[in-house]
Amino acid sequence: MKMTQGKINELLSESACEHNHKKDGKGKNKSCTQQAQPGAAQGGCAFDGAMIALVPITDVAHLVHGPIACSGNSWGGRGSLSSGSQLYKMGFTTDLSENDVIFGGEKRLYKAILEVQQQYHPAAVFVYSTCVTALIGDDLDAVCQKAAEKTGVPVIPVNSPGFIGSKNLGNRVGGEALLEYVVGTAEPDYTTPYDINLIGEYNIAGEMWGVLPLFEKLGIRVLAKITGDARYREVCYSHRAKLNVMICSKALINMARKMEERYGIPYIEESFYGVEDVNRCLRNIAKTIGDEALQAKVEELILQETAQLDQALALYRSRLKGKRVVLYTGGVKSWSIISAAKDLGMEVVATSTKKSTAEDKARIRELLGEEGIMLEKGNAQELLRVIAQTKADMLIAGGRNQYTALKARIPFLDINQERHHPYAGYTGMIEMARELDEALHSPIWQQVRQPAPWDIPTDRSLELE
Amino acid sequence: MATIQTTKKSVAVNPLKQSQPLGSALAFLGLKGMMPLFHGSQGCTAFAKVMLVRHFREAIPLSTTAMNEVSTILGGEDNVEQAILTLVEKSHPEIIGLCTTGLTETRGDDMPGILRSIRKRHPELFDLPIIFVSAPDFRGALQDGFAATVESIVRELPQAGEIRPDQVTLLVSSAFTPGDVQEIKEMVRAFGLKPIVVPDLSASLDGHLDDSPSSVTSGGTTLAELREIGCSVFTLAIGDSLQKAAEILEQRFKIPYEVFPSLSGLGAVDEFLQGLSDISGVPVPETYRRQRRQLQDAMLDTHFYFGRKQIALALEPDLLRGVAQFLQLMGCEIHTAVTTTRSPILETLPVETVIIGDLADFERLAPGADLLITNSHGAKISRRLGIPLYRMGFPIFDRLGNGQFSKVGYRGTIQLLFEIGNVFVEHEESTVHTRFTHDEEKSNENCICNGRSSTH
Repeated sequence: MKMTQGKINELLSESACEHNHKKDGKGKNKSCTQQAQPGAAQGGCAFDGAMIALVPITDVAHLVHGPIACSGNSWGGRGSLSSGSQLYKMGFTTDLSENDVIFGGEKRLYKAILEVQQQYHPAAVFVYSTCVTALIGDDLDAVCQKAAEKTGVPVIPVNSPGFIGSKNLGNRVGGEALLEYVVGTAEPDYTTPYDINLIGEYNIAGEMWGVLPLFEKLGIRVLAKITGDARYREVCYSHRAKLNVMICSKALINMARKMEERYGIPYIEESFYGVEDVNRCLRNIAKTIGDEALQAKVEELILQETAQLDQALALYRSRLKGKRVVLYTGGVKSWSIISAAKDLGMEVVATSTKKSTAEDKARIRELLGEEGIMLEKGNAQELLRVIAQTKADMLIAGGRNQYTALKARIPFLDINQERHHPYAGYTGMIEMARELDEALHSPIWQQVRQPAPWDIPTDRSLELE
Repeated sequence: MATIQTTKKSVAVNPLKQSQPLGSALAFLGLKGMMPLFHGSQGCTAFAKVMLVRHFREAIPLSTTAMNEVSTILGGEDNVEQAILTLVEKSHPEIIGLCTTGLTETRGDDMPGILRSIRKRHPELFDLPIIFVSAPDFRGALQDGFAATVESIVRELPQAGEIRPDQVTLLVSSAFTPGDVQEIKEMVRAFGLKPIVVPDLSASLDGHLDDSPSSVTSGGTTLAELREIGCSVFTLAIGDSLQKAAEILEQRFKIPYEVFPSLSGLGAVDEFLQGLSDISGVPVPETYRRQRRQLQDAMLDTHFYFGRKQIALALEPDLLRGVAQFLQLMGCEIHTAVTTTRSPILETLPVETVIIGDLADFERLAPGADLLITNSHGAKISRRLGIPLYRMGFPIFDRLGNGQFSKVGYRGTIQLLFEIGNVFVEHEESTVHTRFTHDEEKSNENCICNGRSSTH
């Protein structure tokens, strides 16, 4: 699949993404076409995004065609966990040299694919192009096709040079590669009326494992996980699901929309964070694919789980009640975490709306109340200013802002993909409550804020003056 | 004499190497008021930043020219200009470190020309030094990018002046941690000398809490110090890769230099302290005489554990050389040596072959060794091979305190001896029982009358 400008524009102006819906037909689109600003841009490139979306497929070799930076500076660092193969955690790269840049890297790539296939026997090889290999004009698709013929193993080209755009665009490029080369290439052994796919859940810190038991209890089968802890084969036959459930992200919305077009699979957008959201997710799934019996089962499960949860959370609720939080995270998460925090009796006094759609924002406003601050942009200084202004007790944000908070002696909770604790589902709520409690009530805060004895003006030093 | 081998593979598996720009950023981060800027796509910066944050557990200033498809085709001048102007406005850097990446080197942006025309258009930037480094990702490794950056710094900033007999320049390579730099500075100061360290990571990435947050480096070598380097009486280059930087200072200001490949181990530290004593005319202070006796004692206590141990190393050239020699002088044998990039010193290593390769090569060669020494990616190899790991190099993301750790001087060497020694002790403790039962089993096999089942 060539990544032409037309294709990129199509991904950028994805029609199902609310970012691209003009308000009343007027006003400017706040779309993903915004360019990264030199000197100000933060965050990953399209290549990073494609890797984030696809690397969680565990039994696949992910081969990066580029110089050492792209793989050498990133491999093995992503937080998604596997219940089986560890192959996805290995770093494979063509590690281009100056010669390759001058004479072309196609031969090296072809040999690299063969070597990887022979030595590691992956279910498939995903080959990622990068800025340099796109610039020197290596024909990724042709090499992959030839290597696939030679090896008899699927070799999937992912045209993801970093310079085409942001991490978000890269997610969609990854999704496009799955649609083009993977989805629909195999059939499941059997199907049930209760087969669903989870899209956009990457099993960070094993988060998905807190949710899958719920589906099992309800007799809902997760046919394919796209892509957290997935095997290659399940993505191949994901087109036989009855429903696509998009989790906490618009990143792979192009997949959901196109699978609806091609295979008639409806999709819903849900979140696994917070009691209310998990409840709603289960209810919506039951409503879409189920009968009354399934809906009744869902109600029963919710009753049971929330009763247990209330018991487990009672202690934390009393300790977290009334604590003030500034939240800085993207898109859907900004409202789903608010509702999780509210479940715990905490008060979200400000949140980011940078990546949120108009619909997200309306929901945030409703949850925040009139006083809450909506942050359109937030560099470190702005965040600290808002924390001071609102007298917030802590910051909940992505790992990038961890040191913004810590260096200002403010408690912090990591909510993004590098974190080590699963927060999804009912069990995740307990984990989150425990982490919040630990962060807020650590005895270190008082100590690190305490000035040295010799820096405290005493009566005696005043006398001396 | 070691033979250097490169692997014939077309694919690097589990790379040991990181890119030149990452090394360049690390060197820049040892200057005060610095904002490093990568001329590439935003991912180049994001990846490097994440690596540095995970290793040091610190906020890392690092920015990007955010090249996109169009600017890649048309040339990056506008992006470089806009990035510099934005940084000046928002972060108020005292100095900017600009380095290229694979993307912009492939495209072939004429960087000196671009910088000249930006300076022409913006006379207000007159007082802002912008250090430029060419650092293509497709050549060299972290250590090379670091060394190239130190070379650029000493080529551009120091000015000639009257020699100050008590001022020395210390060039410290990527093989040394902020804690190492701290220890080296203390040693130099103990002789009444004033060190100017390039780069001074001990003042920026040592892990300390400032009174107010900053979006550029809050410590490091100051601009004034960098300019005064021309007045130093001597250059001490720590780490082989900085020999060229020391030569540049010799050529520019006729400052004599000496390269100290490593400061771990009795002999290496002896030479360094003797050198400082010669430069300053001050005898070696009592503190170090005492520490030397402590090190000798530590060597006696630990040598039982180090003797004839087989060590597998996967480290960048400077660190590889220092660690290999230190271990050999403790009675160890180097079982495997894998490294990232070419260096003239590789041939002098006390091993038969040095492989320029990746961690898959390391894993293939390491079986039979008693200890692995490499970065955190070695943890999985250690589990698979059942050989203990001691973490060194970059990145180390599964251990705390990488900024503070020191392996240099008598004190650092003692720490290193005890830490590695303890790995041997622990491994022996945990395997002695199984080894014993294993031997017992073997003898049981020969004993027909014994019908007792094995303990396994």
